[in-house]
Amino acid sequence: MTELVIIGGGPAGMSAAIAAYEAGIRDVLIIERDEALGGILQQCIHNGFGLHKFGEELTGPEYAWRYEKRVRELGIAFKLGTMVLDISKDKVITATNPEDGMFRIEARAIILAMGCRERSKGALNIAGTRPAGIYSAGTAQKYVNMKGYLPGKEIVILGSGDIGLIMARRMTLEGAKVKMVCELMPFSSGLARNIEQCLNDFDIPLKLSHTVVEIHGKERVEGVTIARVDENRKPIEETREFVPCDTLLLSVGLIPENELSKKIGVKLSPITGGAEVDEKRQTSVPGVFACGNVLHVHDLVDFVSEEAEIAGRAAAEYIMEEVAEMQEYVEIETDGRIRYTVPQKTLRGDDVTVFFRVGNVARNVKINVYSGERLVLTKRKSRVAPGEMESVVLSSEILESAKKLRFCLEEE
Amino acid sequence: MERKLTCIVCPLGCELCAVLDGKSVVSVSGNTCRRGEKYAIEECTDPRRTVTTTVRCSDGGVVAVKTDCAVAKKDMAECMKIINNFVAHLPIAIGDIIIKDVFGSNVVATQNKE
Repeated sequence: MTELVIIGGGPAGMSAAIAAYEAGIRDVLIIERDEALGGILQQCIHNGFGLHKFGEELTGPEYAWRYEKRVRELGIAFKLGTMVLDISKDKVITATNPEDGMFRIEARAIILAMGCRERSKGALNIAGTRPAGIYSAGTAQKYVNMKGYLPGKEIVILGSGDIGLIMARRMTLEGAKVKMVCELMPFSSGLARNIEQCLNDFDIPLKLSHTVVEIHGKERVEGVTIARVDENRKPIEETREFVPCDTLLLSVGLIPENELSKKIGVKLSPITGGAEVDEKRQTSVPGVFACGNVLHVHDLVDFVSEEAEIAGRAAAEYIMEEVAEMQEYVEIETDGRIRYTVPQKTLRGDDVTVFFRVGNVARNVKINVYSGERLVLTKRKSRVAPGEMESVVLSSEILESAKKLRFCLEEE
Repeated sequence: MERKLTCIVCPLGCELCAVLDGKSVVSVSGNTCRRGEKYAIEECTDPRRTVTTTVRCSDGGVVAVKTDCAVAKKDMAECMKIINNFVAHLPIAIGDIIIKDVFGSNVVATQNKE
């Protein structure tokens, strides 16, 4: 029996492990399928990480190293190159690696920190051939930053997610010509600063309300046909335009990687794709916690680390049986304009920070929180966008008197 | 003259407006912190960026590096050329200086590699 097993050694897994250790749990094991700790941060060599957490601008590998160093100092155990195949409902983990072969570990508590993967669906809906030269932005990032290969010379990027924007700059710096970034929506899902420093700095056009409708080329991509889309996101025939290129990058969103969570029987949210959790990031299965991008996709790693600390401390409390008596949860609902919240429910007692995302860009709005008919909290925002995660703090007083809270996005 | 800018100092991405008199900045609005004001002034007078990239290693692989302070935007392409013509010897630890004084900045490792 291992007290705490953490699945995934990226920023969430490492931060959760450290928090659990510091809360008194010594028997902690991190299982990581890659050959190193750090997760996706290892290939995110650009800067901008850690401003919130450390007050300085770090690159991805530097941010990861802060946590890896601490994991090593504390002597927290980790297994690299190890793939978890299954987790049963009674928390028995089946994993495999070249040294141990196939093995089982029984855990008292589990923290799910498997991260997310890139959406590939965008590619399937594009007409034309399937030549070489089509990559997800993250794959291209791995080739350029970890392997030292430039996957193409003339690039079109579909989707304006942050990874796509970052890769537009990266490949330009390495001598490729990035012709344009096409975004289906009338707004970018990436951070404003990335549009500025990754596209505008290099005069790369961002074509909003545009998509790739056809891929050309037999052996290798020879070009794509792009088109403007109408308000229903349907391509407008007359606006079709051929763009010669040898590479198409897809940056069309991220999906939490929850195959293992399903095997345990954790209840998932259809909106986030991750587990439904309470304020301690505990899932519907007692003793199973989730944090980081496996729970919901974050914009900033700093918030991943913070969320993982919550899960790590909560797992420690669970193991030490310091769990509060059975209480009724305050459920949190949303109006649809706010797509989701994390957590989706919370116990009373402490102040709780609730994170959420909106479905559409809006200006001069109020985030209103209602308890029944009563307005209990208002937060004004000059601008909200789906690409930028927001948060409000629910005070213990608000929670004390509430049964159910409703989050609404309303005009000024 | 007015110049609209998007602040890149932090993920908030404030929309800034700098009022210019010739080449000097008279006032900055739209910023929510002091670093935003500093950014707007610098962006209008001497725009700079930190360069993050990789350098080739003696084993044929690459290791991540950055300039330890921002270099002038106009020098970024030349800075990349210098870094791409360099071969670093292993082992490399985070913080090691890989190339000294590239446009006034040191190129330092941001990754460990044995």
